[in-house]
Formats: sequence, C-alpha cells, structure tokens
Amino acid sequence: MFKAQYDIVIAGGGPAGMAAALGAVATEAKRVALVERDEELGGILQQCIHNGFGLHRFREELTGPQYASRFIRLVEQNQAIDVFLDTTVLSVSPEKVVRAVNPDKGVLVLEANAVVFAMGCRERTRGAIGIPGHRPAGVFTAGAAQRMVNREGFLPGKQVVILGSGDIGLIMARRLTLEGAKVQAVLEIMPHSNGLARNVVQCLDDFGIPLLLSHTITAVNGAQRVSSVTCAKVDADLKALPGSEFDIECDCLLLSVGLIPENELSRAVGVVIDPVTGGPVVDQFRQTSVPGFFAAGNVLQVHDLVDWVSHEGEIAGRSAAQYVLGSLRQGQRAVNVKPGPGIRVVVPQKLTVYEKPAGDIELFCRSAQQERNVTMAVTDGSQVLVRRRLPVVRPSEMSVIKLPAQRLEKLLSGQITVVIEP
Amino acid sequence: MTETKRITCVVCPLGCEGKLAADGESIVTVEGFGCQRGEQYAREEAVNPRRMLTTSVRVRGGDKKLLPVVSDRPIPKHLLMDCTALLLGVTVDAPIAEGHVVCRDILASGADIIAARGLSAAANKI
Repeated sequence: MFKAQYDIVIAGGGPAGMAAALGAVATEAKRVALVERDEELGGILQQCIHNGFGLHRFREELTGPQYASRFIRLVEQNQAIDVFLDTTVLSVSPEKVVRAVNPDKGVLVLEANAVVFAMGCRERTRGAIGIPGHRPAGVFTAGAAQRMVNREGFLPGKQVVILGSGDIGLIMARRLTLEGAKVQAVLEIMPHSNGLARNVVQCLDDFGIPLLLSHTITAVNGAQRVSSVTCAKVDADLKALPGSEFDIECDCLLLSVGLIPENELSRAVGVVIDPVTGGPVVDQFRQTSVPGFFAAGNVLQVHDLVDWVSHEGEIAGRSAAQYVLGSLRQGQRAVNVKPGPGIRVVVPQKLTVYEKPAGDIELFCRSAQQERNVTMAVTDGSQVLVRRRLPVVRPSEMSVIKLPAQRLEKLLSGQITVVIEP
Repeated sequence: MTETKRITCVVCPLGCEGKLAADGESIVTVEGFGCQRGEQYAREEAVNPRRMLTTSVRVRGGDKKLLPVVSDRPIPKHLLMDCTALLLGVTVDAPIAEGHVVCRDILASGADIIAARGLSAAANKI
C-alpha cells in the first residue's frame, strides 16, 4: 500500500483543482497532491473543444484544451505538486486521510493537513427528470455525447433531438451538425433559452436548427433503439397541454437538463450542504463547515464561466495553505449571507469576520429572473452596505458584487442580504 | 430592394436585439444596438459573417484518437460546413505540439487550422 503525507490533498484535477494547487504553492504550501480520476489533467475542459474560454483571465478566447494546457504546464513544472492520474478518490475521513486507488500503485493512503474538494459536477439524467416511455438505446446526456464525439471519436446518432437549451445542449447541436448528424430540434420547457444569446445564434440559428420554447418531451418511443420522441407544448405551470402532442423522428435523444455538484466525498465528511446550490456552505475563504476542508468550482456551485472556477480554485488553494501554515484568519463571529428578493443564490453563504478586516469580499449571485437596468444591493436589514448598478441580470449568468471587508466592522446584525432593489 | 434583418448582438452579455436594413451589400439603416461595437458587429454580421471553427481530426500513432483543432482567426460562415468536411478526411501523425498547423489557409479563407493541444505518441505495446 502506497502511503504519503501532504500539506494539502486536492480531489479533482480540473480547472478548480489545478488553480487550487497553484494557489496553494504560491502561498508556500510545500507538498500538494492533486488527484485526478481521468488519465490526464484538465477535467471537462478537455472535451469542450469549442472556443470562448478565458476572456476574463487571458483576454482572449481559447478552446477548452488550450485553456487547460496553460494550467497543466504550470502544474507540471511545479516541484511542490505531485499529480496522481487515473486515480480515483474512494473516501476522505474527517481526520483528513484520503484513500484512493489506481492501476499502478493499488490503494493509496494520503494523509493531509487540509483537503480541497474540486470534484466538479454531474449531469442530471433521464431518471432525474422522469420522462415516461420505453427504455431504448440512444438516450444520452449531452456531456456524455460530447465526450464520445470529441474524445472517443464516434457519433451517438444521426438524427438527434436535444432536450434542454443550456449551453452544453446548444454546443452539442452545432457539434453534431458539423460532424454530419441532423439535429431535428432543441426543446426547452421554459419560455426562454437557458443558454447564452451567443450560443443560440451561433449554434442553432447558424444551422437552421429549430428551438422549440415552452415544449417538453412526454414519451420516448422505440423498442431496441429510439425511433421517435413525443413532444408537447407546456402551459404556464410547465405542464404538458393535452392535445398538443406531436412526434419527432430520431435515433438519438440528448438531455441537457442541468448539472448537480458531485458531493459524495464531502457529505461523508459531514460538511453542511446548501440545498439551493447543491454544494457545501462556505465562507469567503471557501472553507466548509468542517475546519480544514475547502471547496471550489462546480462542486461548490455550478458555474457558467471557467474563469470564475479558476478564480475560486485559487481562493480555496490559498486559504488551505494558510490553514496549514496557521495564518488563516480566525473568525470572531460568523455572518450569514442570504439571497433576498430578486436573488436566488449567493456564494459564499457565510462570512468570517475577524479583527481589522481588509480587502474586498466578492459575493457571487444569480438573479431569480432576467431583468434590465437593476441595482443590486447588500444590506444588513437597517443599512445598505454597498450598491451596484447592472445593465442586465440573468439566472444563467453569475453576477459579482464586491463588499469592502471593513464594512463588516459596523454591521448591526448577524446577517446580510443581497437583493435586487425594486 | 431593401431587406430587413433581425440581428442578436453577441459582443457582450446584454444581447441587444436590433434591426438592420440592407439593399444587397449596402446598409441602409441600423437600429436597436446599445453601443458602437454592437452596431459594428451588426454591420459585419449582415455583410460578411465570420465564425471561429473548432472541430477534431484523426490521429495516427497517438495516445489519443482525436486531436482538437481550431482556426487561428474567424472564417466566413458559409465555409464552416465545407471546412469541417475537408478536415474529416485529415489524419495527423503523433507526436504533435500545440499550435502545429494542421491545414494552411483552409479553402483559401486566410485562416490556418491549428492543433488546440499537444499529443504524445502512443506508448509501445508489449
């Protein structure tokens, strides 16, 4: 059995994990283990071969693999980071013992002083949304299909229907079209697309692929292989309208119906999970409710831009290193951060208030609905701490409001709320 | 004859939806875009729409089956399908360095198709 001691063990070698490793060594962590279950670093970026990544960080639009390789080079050059590939973390104990397995060493036991969770997220499946009908071959999640087409080299079908207009669904509509498949339609249960306007234009409109808003699939048909799907219009309560059903012929159905943070390891340690984000409750240091355990990236909250994932990874990595070195700010008290009217999600969910707070605390928010020309504000119930004007907010795009940390000194309550002002 | 097109600007997350009236190649009116960059985008989009092309090509002797590739600049939109069809027939030999030119000046578009990552040669099988 392979045994080793590390300052920090990071579970997951995607953009969050790589940024956490680099953030940790930049903050003088001496020994960092980066554990990745795939055969190379980069996570989901390696199958996202389209461009549009890195506009904030690198001021250019990179493809997923290009973005990944900029981080991989830095990680591989760094002597303080040991990378374990093809290695699956089996368990993490509250004592920070990480058990993993790989074909080369067998079982690995990595003892850590701090752990960063960076496992990313999983796709919601057909079972999770309960589409009735047969169980034929040819039904895939959009991300699984993306891996098949872009990494394994085969096409999941020739006549495709896509349910869900999130960005992965839209990107796959274009990708399959370019590879010679016919995408019959993209169906969206909401009256608006969940994807970026840019993707609707460049992935659907460019190729004449119909986007059917306020539509859903009510049955999957076919014995061995999907032969068609039954679709229907939905009413304001998102219920299928009787009599509106029609069939679309297809040999493949892709589901792009949401992502779920993958927190089996974190739950086992006992960290508190936020029911709205599906990820751990963290403070501004990305420390979870269990001291010494940190989280970043899609395992914490499903992001829309990888730049924010990297940013969050750096925060978690830096904080983990400070925890190990004993320099992480200890809180005198905790302040709860709540979403108020107009806001659905805020991360971090807690702020640790310490003596002489300094710097800005970034609050990552998602609005409840699309609105133009709004004012986002942070209040403590009796006073507004900070305001920000935004030309547009959308549930599908994260907004950031910066709270100067010294404002926390004068807080009149143990809770602050982020709101869209009426 | 003047023709009116609806154009969704993709320059920034605002996603303005404007209108552009054109008579063939000459633009008559542009309205509904919130900024200069948006108006500029609409003009280009109406006359000469361009897109980045990303796809993959086959690899011979590599530790991966496919190499992701990207155009080094946007190419005319109407060439996207033809360029992809051409690249379906391309096979490259590993090892490959990131940035390696897979296809120069594809379909005389002025754009090179380059490797979006590096790939190693396959380890020798025993």
